[in-house]
Amino acid sequence: MSLGLIPLAVLMWAVTYPARALPQLAPGIERLPPAAVAYLRLAGPAALAALAAVNCLLTAATPPSVLIGVEPVAVGACALIVAKTRLLFPGVAVAVVLVAVARALGAG
Amino acid sequence: MSGGRDAMTGPAANVPAVDAVRESRRQLVGDALAIAAYALPVGVVYGLAALQAHFTLLDVVTACLVVLAGGAQFAAAGMVKDGAPWLAIAGVTALVNARHLLYSAAVAPYTAARPRKERAFMAHFLTDETFALSLAHFRRIGRFDRRGYWVAALAILVPWTLGSTIGYLAAGAVDTRRLGLDVAFPAAMAGLSLGMVSGRRDVAAALGAVAVAVPVGLVGGASLGLVAGAVLGPFIGLAVPASTNEESSSPETPEPSAEAGLP
Repeated sequence: MSLGLIPLAVLMWAVTYPARALPQLAPGIERLPPAAVAYLRLAGPAALAALAAVNCLLTAATPPSVLIGVEPVAVGACALIVAKTRLLFPGVAVAVVLVAVARALGAG
Repeated sequence: MSGGRDAMTGPAANVPAVDAVRESRRQLVGDALAIAAYALPVGVVYGLAALQAHFTLLDVVTACLVVLAGGAQFAAAGMVKDGAPWLAIAGVTALVNARHLLYSAAVAPYTAARPRKERAFMAHFLTDETFALSLAHFRRIGRFDRRGYWVAALAILVPWTLGSTIGYLAAGAVDTRRLGLDVAFPAAMAGLSLGMVSGRRDVAAALGAVAVAVPVGLVGGASLGLVAGAVLGPFIGLAVPASTNEESSSPETPEPSAEAGLP
């Protein structure tokens, strides 16, 4: 039986668990320099924004090129809805419907 | 999951009235149900993204149970799809989940008197939602409550795993591209990033990451662009003066991204 991506899940756990456990198991370890804490606070939004950008603005070709189509517009619409409502699912749903309609009309 | 007096420890030495504990638990359950109701459909989106990245159902369920970190799981699905090396995926996971250090530090005073093994086990379940729900509960009652912690943890673990399974199985039966479902992943990433934004530094970090990721991705490939954006974006955020709420926020009371409805 192939393990597939299970080792990757274990690797991801291995880099996630220490952040969740160390401050509770080794008190004081969380006292990082203020600059490090500030950096860590910003790492989440930055990583996810970068991920969204490379997946909706770049083509899957090698080397990639800038993607022109309905997809970036749909992702932008999702971002606007989330910014307004703080809810993810309605934003994603609108993005999916936009792309589906565009493709049905031959525009996607 | 017993919530008796033996499980009651925390910074405040006082023992709150039983009625106050019950009332707080009632509020906790109500809040937990709201999060669970939202985590289920977001899990469906993750299941869909995982299918597009050619995960097996076992991979999906394992990721939900072992990683239990929605943002990182979404990121990993996208990176696997792009053929990124596992080391890069681990690096991005560490960056995305680094905020858990702050959550754990905030909860630590309440769990300090619990046995070490119990603390080590509970830590695995310390997601955005578990943190947000349980810390609010502990503060209301002034101490640790084991039952409350596990209500908070299961409120995200169960619907997230269930939703992901449903999404994976359902998406396999349809033409995802024709239905536009392939855009769900980048849309979810953009939305999740916004869900973590609470000040101008966050905005600058996110936009800076995009500004770095796209040109680097065009030259060196999507994976390199992603890592470059994720690592350099926060430095761009730090170069911007903090807004009032960012200056006043304490490391001991970090803001969770629980609104997004994923672990």
